[in-house]
Amino acid sequence: MRDPRQMFTAFTRMKSLCASTLIGAVMMLTPNLMMFETQASENSKHEEAPKLHEWSFAGAFGRYDTAQIRRGFKVYKEVCSTCHSVKMLAFRNLSQPGGPEFSEREVAELAASYKIKDGPNDAGDFYDRPGRPSDRFPPPFANEQAARAAMSGAYPPDMSVLAKARGHSRGFPRFLLDAIPGVSYQEVGADYVASLLMGYAEPPADVKIPDGQYYNIYMPGRRIGMPSPLSDGAVTYDDGAPQTAEQYAKDVAAFMMWVAEPHLDARKRIGLGVISFLIVFAGLLYFTKRKIWSNVSH
Amino acid sequence: MSGPSQYTPKSNFAKWLERRLPIISFVYDSFVAYPVPKNLNYMWTFGAILSFMLVAQIITGVVLAMHYTPEVSFAFNSVENIMRDVNWGWALRYAHANGASMFFLAVYIHIFRGMYYGSYKEPRELLWILGVVIFMVMMATGFLGYVLPWGQMSFWAATVITNLFSALPVVGPSITTWLLGGYSVDNATLNRFFALHYLLPFIIVAIVALHVWALHVTGQNNPDGVEVKNVKKDTVPFTPYATMKDGFAIGVFLVLYAWMTFFVPNYLGHPDNYIEANPLVTPPHIVPEWYFLPFYAILRAIPNKLLGVIALFMSILIAAALPWLDTSKVKSGTYRPTFRKFYWIFVAVSIGLGYLGSQPAEGAFLWVARVLTFYYFFHFLVILPVLSRREKTTAVPNSIAEAVENRGASHA
Repeated sequence: MRDPRQMFTAFTRMKSLCASTLIGAVMMLTPNLMMFETQASENSKHEEAPKLHEWSFAGAFGRYDTAQIRRGFKVYKEVCSTCHSVKMLAFRNLSQPGGPEFSEREVAELAASYKIKDGPNDAGDFYDRPGRPSDRFPPPFANEQAARAAMSGAYPPDMSVLAKARGHSRGFPRFLLDAIPGVSYQEVGADYVASLLMGYAEPPADVKIPDGQYYNIYMPGRRIGMPSPLSDGAVTYDDGAPQTAEQYAKDVAAFMMWVAEPHLDARKRIGLGVISFLIVFAGLLYFTKRKIWSNVSH
Repeated sequence: MSGPSQYTPKSNFAKWLERRLPIISFVYDSFVAYPVPKNLNYMWTFGAILSFMLVAQIITGVVLAMHYTPEVSFAFNSVENIMRDVNWGWALRYAHANGASMFFLAVYIHIFRGMYYGSYKEPRELLWILGVVIFMVMMATGFLGYVLPWGQMSFWAATVITNLFSALPVVGPSITTWLLGGYSVDNATLNRFFALHYLLPFIIVAIVALHVWALHVTGQNNPDGVEVKNVKKDTVPFTPYATMKDGFAIGVFLVLYAWMTFFVPNYLGHPDNYIEANPLVTPPHIVPEWYFLPFYAILRAIPNKLLGVIALFMSILIAAALPWLDTSKVKSGTYRPTFRKFYWIFVAVSIGLGYLGSQPAEGAFLWVARVLTFYYFFHFLVILPVLSRREKTTAVPNSIAEAVENRGASHA
């Protein structure tokens, strides 16, 4: 366990369920939860379970909070986009229902402020032109190699589906409850992102952090290549929301969830209609069936 | 059921058609007049639920195929494109992915129902074996489909599963190369997996047709496990009795399916599959979809790779031998008190193996998996044959009508 090479592989892993499954095993074997927690914090290799946040989009009736997604977009644009791409996000998405819902004019203006590489033109040359709403966000680096060269070897992952690509095992029996109406839990990705952004800490005395890496209690292996990106007051909000790092973290996590699942509002809205219909329909079928079978002993 | 048709054509067109292609009488005899034991419980609605799911998967799948690109540099993005830009794409894709899970949930209930009520026994051996074949083709289809989104789990599941064949002596490596279309999982693999994933559901349709045909020859088993003696007293016509009951069951099943699709669509998936496949980064834990977990646990419980692969395949194939392992004359578990206890232990063992399949194969997990794997085979090879000879069964009713009457009397 103390072999530094192993620690390094743990760091390079995008995500480690290993820790959580081990924690699950410990939970099953030791009824004393306190004991399990001290064990986990002593073992600095494994990440902490993400903090649970209040999300407007949680649960069957949950919807994105437009103001929050707008603030999150601002944080992304002013902070994250320096290193992280969102290749699948098009400018036009920003005006679609169930997102930040900017006006089409705002989107056109925003798009025009970006330079998009296009071509070849009639002369066979590639050229830069102002962006259009149909364009996707241009990435900060031309390719992975360029990113690694600029970021001392680290590769900032694309943020398009990142909020769905991160999880944390909830262990038995909680994972069973996570699918149940009323107590369902599908927001682990957003919780992870928001926790991670606030998860930087001084490493314990016995943990050595190599240069260019940082100690983060929510990162698998607890080592992360990204320096703490958010600080109080770094982004100016114009809607009166608190300008704290914690608020930025929550807002940008909500924004990333929207980028990863842009049709969540429609999905849940339609889902309620579908389920309501099906329950009524199944009820009618039940009474029809009962009527038909009423003259047969079975 | 076989025998002369119960259908008499009335219109001139029906008479004309009947003399040339008796398709109306075929449908009428199979799905209207077909006699159904009147004591069937709701466990018998899963055949209809499965038929519904098969059609639902084919319809959503065909539309998804119109938007999907089976090429390694586009596959992941084409799925995301379906989720974002194709009209109703998110609904189709979530319905298809969760539909696979619902399909397996239904098939497991269907199989375990057959095991409890002895539905594999004479004269339904072939019907049962066809079912095992369908299950195996379903597993292949599910696995192939999981590879298509080309996420990390897709890629590594494909690598692990195709690697199993390399355990075969002498021909193993050549077979693996042949399956992959190269030396590792790559574009050729993705392309052929897509082709096969599109093909196999139609093979399933064909085997299902045989399965239903065989069913309609022998007639359905039933909760009391006694054959139909008097069609008038023991059965009701399929329509409207079974159609309406099946319809209601499908309605209830659809509520669950819709909940999964619209509200917890990623619950049964793995977050790593939202990371594009990367041959250079191995995920810390490669886990298959939940419906393969018991078999995955069996595979990993055995220290020798070849023996593990053999155990994996045997754990599925052994079900086909059930008619000859369980030779008890009494079909239904209702009248076999000792069998019933072992049946529920077997169910618990299967679920336990499923849980262990999701955990790392190390330490206590591995040893429990070994014990349960041993028990899994012990149940089939020792418990069932011994039980069939030694067990004291309770009194079996003479007919379905009598069983229904007895139950009515005890309820009153």
